[in-house]
Amino acid sequence: MAGYELLSEQNLRLDGRKADELRRIQCKLGVFGQADGSAYLEQGNTKVLAAVYGPHEIYRHGAGGASRPTLTATSNEQAVINCQYSAAVFSSGERKRRPRGDRKSQEMSMHLRQTFQAAIKTELYPRSQIDIYVEILQADGGNYCACVNAATLALIDAGIPMKDYVCACTASLMNDRPVVDINNLESTTGGPELTVAVMAKSGEIVLLEMSQRFHVDHLEKVMDLAMEGCQNIYHILDKEVRAHVSKRGSLLGWEAT
Amino acid sequence: MVMPVIQLELAGVDAQERDKFDGGHEMGSNQQLVSPGDLITTDVGFMRGHGTYTKEDGLYASLAGVVQRVNKLISVTPLKTKYQGEIGDVVVGRITEVQQKRWKVNTNSRLDSVLLLSSVNLPGGELRRRSAEDELSMRKYLQEGDLISAEVQNVYHDGSLSLHTRSLKYGKLSQGTLIKVSPSLIKRRKTHFHKLPCGVSVILGNNGFVWVSPTEHEEEGGGSGGFSQNLSQVPTTDRTGIARVRNCILALAQNGVMLWDTTLANAYDACLKYPLTDLLKSDVMREIAFVTRQNLEHQ
Repeated sequence: MAGYELLSEQNLRLDGRKADELRRIQCKLGVFGQADGSAYLEQGNTKVLAAVYGPHEIYRHGAGGASRPTLTATSNEQAVINCQYSAAVFSSGERKRRPRGDRKSQEMSMHLRQTFQAAIKTELYPRSQIDIYVEILQADGGNYCACVNAATLALIDAGIPMKDYVCACTASLMNDRPVVDINNLESTTGGPELTVAVMAKSGEIVLLEMSQRFHVDHLEKVMDLAMEGCQNIYHILDKEVRAHVSKRGSLLGWEAT
Repeated sequence: MVMPVIQLELAGVDAQERDKFDGGHEMGSNQQLVSPGDLITTDVGFMRGHGTYTKEDGLYASLAGVVQRVNKLISVTPLKTKYQGEIGDVVVGRITEVQQKRWKVNTNSRLDSVLLLSSVNLPGGELRRRSAEDELSMRKYLQEGDLISAEVQNVYHDGSLSLHTRSLKYGKLSQGTLIKVSPSLIKRRKTHFHKLPCGVSVILGNNGFVWVSPTEHEEEGGGSGGFSQNLSQVPTTDRTGIARVRNCILALAQNGVMLWDTTLANAYDACLKYPLTDLLKSDVMREIAFVTRQNLEHQ
C-alpha cells in the first residue's frame, strides 16, 4: 500500500481515532424555514443537509428527482416516498460536473428510498407523497450513512410517523482488525467497506452493502462493530432530538394541543 | 413562484447561543417526552392514538413529542405536523386546480382541499341556481394561483377538507402578503380576522397561512360575491405597515411565540423602536419575541 499505515502500531488511525471510535457528530434540527422538516448533520468532515416536504398531494410534475414517484395502485393505499440525493459540485476534491442525475446519485436515491420506505409508516398516508431531499455539502466518506442519519432527523422534525430511528454506519477491515466509521481516505486506500442501516431500537437491518470481498470469518466482528456504531449514532441523534423537542415545546407551552 | 429564502445556521455556532436566549423553562416532569421507537407502555388496556403504534409487546411512539393520555387513549403530540383541519376553522389557501364543479385548494394539509362550486357565493344573489354556464366560467371567478380565505365546512373520511366561502368575510384575496408559519403556532380564537390599529388587516388562518393586507375602508355591497379584487395602488404608509407586521409575525414564529391578536399588537409595539430595515436581523427578531413574551406574562 501507499507510504503510510492505515492503522499505526499504537492502533491509531490516520486521523488519530481508535479503531472503534466514531467521527465527531454534530447535528441540528429545523434549519430551513421553508421545508416541513429539515436537519443539518456533520459526521467528521462529511456535511449533509436534509429537507423533508410532505406528506402532500401527489404532484406529477415537480423537481426532476432521480427516483420520481410513479402513480400506481399502491399509492392509493400508502404514501409514495420520493428521495433525491445530490452532492454539491464542490463537495469532493474533484469538481463534479453535475450535482445529481448521474448513476451514482440515482443509486443512492434509490437506496435512501428503500431505507425510508421500511421505516416510515406509509400506510397512514394514502394518496400522499413525502419528499426527502438530501444534499452533500462536503464528502469525506460515509456519505450514505450521513444522509440516512440526517434524513432521519429531518423526518422527525417534520413530524412524520416512523417505526423507529434509522441509523447507518460503515465499518471496514484493516490488518484483520475491524474499524468503524471510515473516512474518505480510508475507504479509497483501504479495504472493504461494509455499510449497514438499522432500526436503532429493534436492531432490524434495513440495508446492508459491501464494497469488496473479505473472508467470511471476519464478517461477524465487522458487522458487530458497525451495529455498535449505529447504536452510538442513535444515542447522539436521540439526545439532539430530545433537546430540540424539549426546548421548542417549552417555548410553545404545548398550548396548541 | 417566489424562490424560497434559505435560512441556515451552522451547528457549531448555535451551541453557545442556545443558552443565551431562552424564554422558556425546562419542561415539566409530569410530561413524558418520547421519540420514535420508544416504548410507552406494556399494559394492554390502552387504546392506540395518533403518533403511536403497537408491536407484539406493547405500545410504541412513532413521533417525537409529549405523551398525552385521555382516559384509555394514548397519543403523542409532535412539535410540527401538517395541518389537520376541523370544521369551522378559518383557512387561507391557494387554488391549485380548476376541475368540474370544484376547485382544488392547497391549504397546507396532507391532501388538497376542495371548494365546491355550490359552496361559494356567486355574483347576483344567494339563491341563484348554478347553471352549466357557471361551470364553464369558473376560471373567471377563481383561477390557479389565486389566494382565498375560507372556512372548513366538512372533513372527509380520508382527512381531506371541504371548504366554503358563504360569507362576505371570505372570498378571494387581493393585495397583501402571505406568510407561512407552522399551524401549531396559530392560537384558536373566536375570531381570526383582525384589524390592527396601524391600518393593517390580518387573517390568521388555522392552517398556518397568515394573510396581511391593507385595511379596506369602504365596504362595498355583496354584488360581486367576494370575487372582485381591489387593485388600486396601496399608499407607502400602508405598505410599510404591512412590512412591519409581516416581519413581526416572522420574528414571533421563528422564536416559537403563539400568534393571536394580543401577541401581534405587542410585537408591533415592540418593533416600533427599530427602523424597518433592521427588523429581519436575528438579534432584533429575538428581542421582539422576548419583549412580547414578557408583556404577555405581565398582563
